[in-house]
Order: sequence, then C-alpha cells, then structure tokens
Amino acid sequence: MCLAIPGKIVELDAKQAHLAVVDVVGVRRKVDLGLLQDDPPILGDWVLIHVGFAMSKISEADAEDQMRTLQLLGETDAAMQEVRGYGLEQETVEKRGPKVQP
Amino acid sequence: MKYVDEFRSPELIAKASEEIRKLADPARHYRIMEVCGGHTHAIYRFGLKDLLPDNVELIHGPGCPVCVLPMGRIDDGLSLSSDPDFVFTAFGDMMRVPGTHGSPLEFKARGKDVRIVYSPADALKLARNNPQKEVMFFAIGFETTAPSTALTLIRAKAEGLRNFSVFCNHVTIIPAIRAILDSPDMRIDGFVGPGHVSTVIGCRPYHWIAHDERKPVVVSGFEPLDILQSVVMLLRQLRNGEARVENQYKRVVPWEGNRAALRAMAEVFELRPYFEWRGLGFISQSALKIRPGYAEWDTEQRFTVPGVRVTDPKAAQCGEVLKGVLKPSQCKLFGQECTPEQPVGALMVSSEGSCAAYYNYQHLRPVTIANAATV
Repeated sequence: MCLAIPGKIVELDAKQAHLAVVDVVGVRRKVDLGLLQDDPPILGDWVLIHVGFAMSKISEADAEDQMRTLQLLGETDAAMQEVRGYGLEQETVEKRGPKVQP
Repeated sequence: MKYVDEFRSPELIAKASEEIRKLADPARHYRIMEVCGGHTHAIYRFGLKDLLPDNVELIHGPGCPVCVLPMGRIDDGLSLSSDPDFVFTAFGDMMRVPGTHGSPLEFKARGKDVRIVYSPADALKLARNNPQKEVMFFAIGFETTAPSTALTLIRAKAEGLRNFSVFCNHVTIIPAIRAILDSPDMRIDGFVGPGHVSTVIGCRPYHWIAHDERKPVVVSGFEPLDILQSVVMLLRQLRNGEARVENQYKRVVPWEGNRAALRAMAEVFELRPYFEWRGLGFISQSALKIRPGYAEWDTEQRFTVPGVRVTDPKAAQCGEVLKGVLKPSQCKLFGQECTPEQPVGALMVSSEGSCAAYYNYQHLRPVTIANAATV
C-alpha cells in the first residue's frame, strides 16, 4: 500500500482522459492520472504510482533509482503483484481508443 | 547476502557515515525519529544502525497506517459482512490484521465476501460491475493514499453509483508528531520526515516543528544514502543550533506538495474531532472523515456500525514501541507469542511495522551495508 512504483506512460486513453497505460518493467496496466491534473504527464513521461494513481512526475533516472530501492528493500515482488492487481485493465480492452505509440 | 554488493555508491555511504561520526558530539546522545514506516523498513533492511555511532539513536515513529489502526475499527468494518450481498474490500496489507473475531482473511475463509484490491478505483469498478452487491472499501493510510480514496469518491458521486461506500480510516501525520512531542516520556532531537506523504502535503506543514518546538526536520528519500544524508543534515543543524525544515528528497518531493491531491482531499474529507490511534490513544483532529456532501458514499453514515472499542492485549506493549519508548525486542511478547506468522499486535503484521522489521532482519545483522561500505 505504501509502495511508490515507478512507471512509464506508454498510452493515453482517448476516451477517458484521466486514464493512461503505464509500463512497469514490462507489465502494462491502466492507472489514474487525476491527481496530476495541474501538470498532466504526456506520453513517455515517468510517474510514481501509489495504489493505482500516479502521484508525481519523476525523471527516468529517478524511476530507475526507485525500482532499485524497491529491489533492495525486497519489495519488488509486492510491487509487481500490486501492479498486476490493478483491475482497470478490462476497461482498457472495452473502451480502448486509438493506440498511440510513444 | 548477495544484496550487499548491489548498493549504489558505497564510497558515498562510507563518507556519510564518517561525516556523521564527525558531527556527533561525543558528549551528547542524539535521538532521531523517522516518522515513516517505509524508512523504518529500510533502516532495518540495510542495517543502517551499524553505520551510526552509539550516541546517534534512531527511534521508530508511528508512520505505519496498519499498525496504528485500533482493532475496533477492523471489527466495525467486518461487522457488515454478515450480509451475503455485502463485499468487504481492502488492500492486501489489511488482510491479516487480527480483529476480535478474526482477520479479514479469516472472515473470507468462513465464506464472507472479502476481497483484496490494489486500488480504491478497483473497488469502485467492482461496485460498477456488480450492481446487486453493496461494495465497501476499507480505506486506510496517511496522506499518501488518502487523495486516491478522495478522487475515487469524487468519481463515484459523479457517476451516481449508489452501491459503493468507503469506511474511512485515513489518518494524518502532523497530529501524530504533535502527540509524540507532547508526550512527557519522549525526548526527540530531530525528525527524518516522511518521503511519500510529503509528496502530497509538501514541506510547509512541518514548519511548526522547527519554529515552535525547535526541532530540525529533514524530509528524506528511502535509499541508504538518502537516510544517512538526512541524518548528516539533521546533525549539522543540531551542531549549529539551528532548527529548519530541509528537503533531502527534492528529486521527488516538491516544497508545495501536490495541490491537485490536496484539493481532492479538501473536497471530500474533513477532520474528525478526535480519532483513536493504537498505542497512542485518542488524538484530536488526527483523522479524516467524509464530508456530508458525500454522505451517501460513507459507510459510517449510511449503515449502522457498532462502534466497537477494544482494549489491546495487556501484555503487548505496542504503545511503548510505537512511541519509541521501548525497542521491539523489549516487549514481553516479542518473538515468543507475537511473531509475523501469529501477530498479536499490529506492529508485527506489516513489513513497515517496527516489530516485523526488527524480527525479519535481526538475523541479518552480521552482514550489512556496513561491510559493503568498508570493502
């Protein structure tokens, strides 16, 4: 729950602007961007995710550091379990807009 | 332990450790509290104590949301699950936390509809997809998770989804720090401030700790080097007789926090007059409740919850450990009746609880970052 998981925005949802697909070391899930509405991330940006919501924009180097910290803390499995568990994915399939490549 | 050679910048870590030794006045004993459970976990995991001189002591604070939740709240949340159409959802961290009649996981084993979600948005989706069910999200956490719950409630209201509610147990970090500073048996010289909570609230809310209480605060990242650098920054302020709020975690924490997240919280939540913290007792204005405008999505306003109060087992000394008065191993139950497999107190449940961290990593002490830093 208190994990901060770094992910890269790889797809924006054309129909639901507050949703985006992030890539977390190869696992892709939808997350909510609503808490970054003052400074919305664009395709290719890196974000820190808490419980399915992107909470801050970070640099790629900081994203790598964060992944490393999770690994050092022995939390990688928990983080990946959390990301895999985000259930917004089905909406991606149902309501997916045109796919935009980064 | 293979992870020792994976630390970044061992030479910088050795340097920071050396700097700490130089800055620490041998005639003083420093008590530095890390407020955040994530820091507690990192400190044990990396064996950072071994890099500090004996007179620089790290005290573990109340920043593990699972650990400070009183058992009565779990009982209250689970009380509604006797209705077969009721779905209890919570983060995985909550599932093994014991209530009087069992943990959420044990309720699930007895056939109650208890489900793990990884995001409050998933609980909302569950409600959307199961209109015949009544879905409750058992919300816990500090300001790190509260904005996500808030935004989920805003979305539920916008959609007009009626079969979803939140049982709100969100707490706020500042009153807990105040309670610790007001506690007569505590002496703290400075604080390692929480990293991710500060992403939301920024650094300003700590100003009174420096200004009124004359205690330095350094908001810190989670890598070994971050934490050691934060200790260096605290000791430097203490040596110079200063008390300021500094941000060591600038790469992630903006000074002003996340305004959109704060707006979402302000829209949905107001302060409770008081809330019970496990081990710390009742703390005024220390928790969030759902505003009347969102009453239809508030479990406590929509349903009758018993309002259970449970006294913690007498032998467990969770309160003293939470406040940093006792070390985990000094509790009578530690490692005997209370283990991560069979927790009596909540500090043993979460990996961020100081008892679980202490228990899990005490055997790793001989091989620590200290070795890595000196090779």
